[in-house]
Amino acid sequence: MIKRVLSFCTVVFGVLSLTFLLIHLVPGDPVEVMLGESASTADREVLRAELGLNQSVASQFGLYLSRLAHADFGVSIHSKTPIIDLIKNRYPATLKLALLALLIGVGVGVPLGIYAALKAGHWQDLLVTIVSVRLSAMPAFWLGPMLMLIFAVWLAILPVSGMDSPSSIILPALTLGFGLSAILTRMTRTSLLEVLNEDFIRTARAKGLTERQVILRHALRAALLPIITIVGLQMGSLLAGTVITETIFSWDGIGRLLVESIEKRDYPVTQACVLLVALSYVVVNVLTDLLYRLADPRIRLGH
Amino acid sequence: MIKILAYGILLFWLLAVVLGRLFQLDPNQIDLNAILNTPSAVYWLGNDDMGRSILARLLHGAEVSLLVAVSVTAVTMTVGVLIGLLAGFYGGRVDQVLMQVTDVFLAFPGILLAIAFAAVLGPGLLNLMIALSLTGWVSYARLTRGQTLSLRNRQHVLAALSLGASVPRLIGKHILPLLTSVLVVEAAYSLASVMMAEASLSFLGLGIQAPNASWGAMLRDGVRYMLVAPHYVLIVGLSLMSLILAINLGGDSLRDHLDVRQEAD
Repeated sequence: MIKRVLSFCTVVFGVLSLTFLLIHLVPGDPVEVMLGESASTADREVLRAELGLNQSVASQFGLYLSRLAHADFGVSIHSKTPIIDLIKNRYPATLKLALLALLIGVGVGVPLGIYAALKAGHWQDLLVTIVSVRLSAMPAFWLGPMLMLIFAVWLAILPVSGMDSPSSIILPALTLGFGLSAILTRMTRTSLLEVLNEDFIRTARAKGLTERQVILRHALRAALLPIITIVGLQMGSLLAGTVITETIFSWDGIGRLLVESIEKRDYPVTQACVLLVALSYVVVNVLTDLLYRLADPRIRLGH
Repeated sequence: MIKILAYGILLFWLLAVVLGRLFQLDPNQIDLNAILNTPSAVYWLGNDDMGRSILARLLHGAEVSLLVAVSVTAVTMTVGVLIGLLAGFYGGRVDQVLMQVTDVFLAFPGILLAIAFAAVLGPGLLNLMIALSLTGWVSYARLTRGQTLSLRNRQHVLAALSLGASVPRLIGKHILPLLTSVLVVEAAYSLASVMMAEASLSFLGLGIQAPNASWGAMLRDGVRYMLVAPHYVLIVGLSLMSLILAINLGGDSLRDHLDVRQEAD
């Protein structure tokens, strides 16, 4: 456990350092790139001092860390508003989208996987497997436009993009959730099939439990463990996927904020977005790990 | 059957790129009378928002896509394998430090770090390749390290060591050859993932710049004109998906052929 905490700390420190170093990777003078060549010398010096770029790298890093400790991400160069306010405005939208996508992924993927496992070898199983393999290979920038074309343009039952109506969230959430559900279908199927061969399932059947009880009470509980890990790991691609998906559907979340900041060369905002998404991912991974430990008594008790 | 289809699609695209070169289709020729036209006898796949031939641009984009995929894979594989070999062979402190570094890179989900690198380096094809290379070596390093760790204590390696073989010889003659099939399969899959990453970054405007064509940028324009010209986004999307799927299926058949089991790290 101590080892885990230690490695968590080094990873967080590494993430902080790498995002800090980003601004130093800008070719040439970052201040000039951000303000443009026409900016006056006075303006440049103000920004340079604001970003601390006139100090040594070590003291810049110290300043960066101490600011972050006070939840101070700096000020946006473009809109002059504190970045923390921008993030507070945008983060809930991303969170909502990611959670709904997660819900779709789990809600569709796990039942489909169970169904495929129960029908193993039949045509239903084959169909589900083929479709899920194809779906999991579909990137957001292909699936998103296709869903948009079908449901918003041809059928015209859902809004094309934006976030004006409550149903606006459906298409982006589907875009994000589909891939996850495809992966979960395959994992649930494999995991459940493995468990169904175990001795305790035979015992459960032998003592006269109904098939429903065998599946729901005994098999599924054991089969869900690896699925928790997969969900945790997939949250990463979900979070990264929000960047593309939010851009396609004009969904005002962190991903779109990131893309906008890149277009405007507003590097402090870019830095803050990257840091936030990466840290969210690290936290999700830690939570997954904890959940896994709680769910599996073998690990919890250190066997 | 699926295998033949996959190799067929791959061959088709390679041939298409070569033919596009041979016939010197101009991807930047503007025809203002043909803006967003649907496929016709003159323009087989229709025209984009500036009346340029979608076919010509698609072929040019395929060239860019393949170029990026092959060169980034070559660079990331070389660097990643080298780091993985060092970590796996020497173990101890070296291994610890190197794996901590890969852990940090893995803490950035998906292509987020590549987006960040591409953003600060500025748009452009070379910078895009640098950004993808800076982030792509991690998976090779992890894979190679794991394999090397188990190979290092094999009998034949220990025998060579006791006969006084030097470290480069041990690694080059006795460990690396055993890694080839695993790495070939990984490289096949990484071609597809690099291609997807390239398209994602170009989609976000971070790749090759206008007026040059790339699939990601075309896809973005296709989405923009989806209401008036749905054929645009469909053609580009289908092309990209077919190529990525074909590479993945090719990777699958390669994996089965070389009998590489997916190993947990």
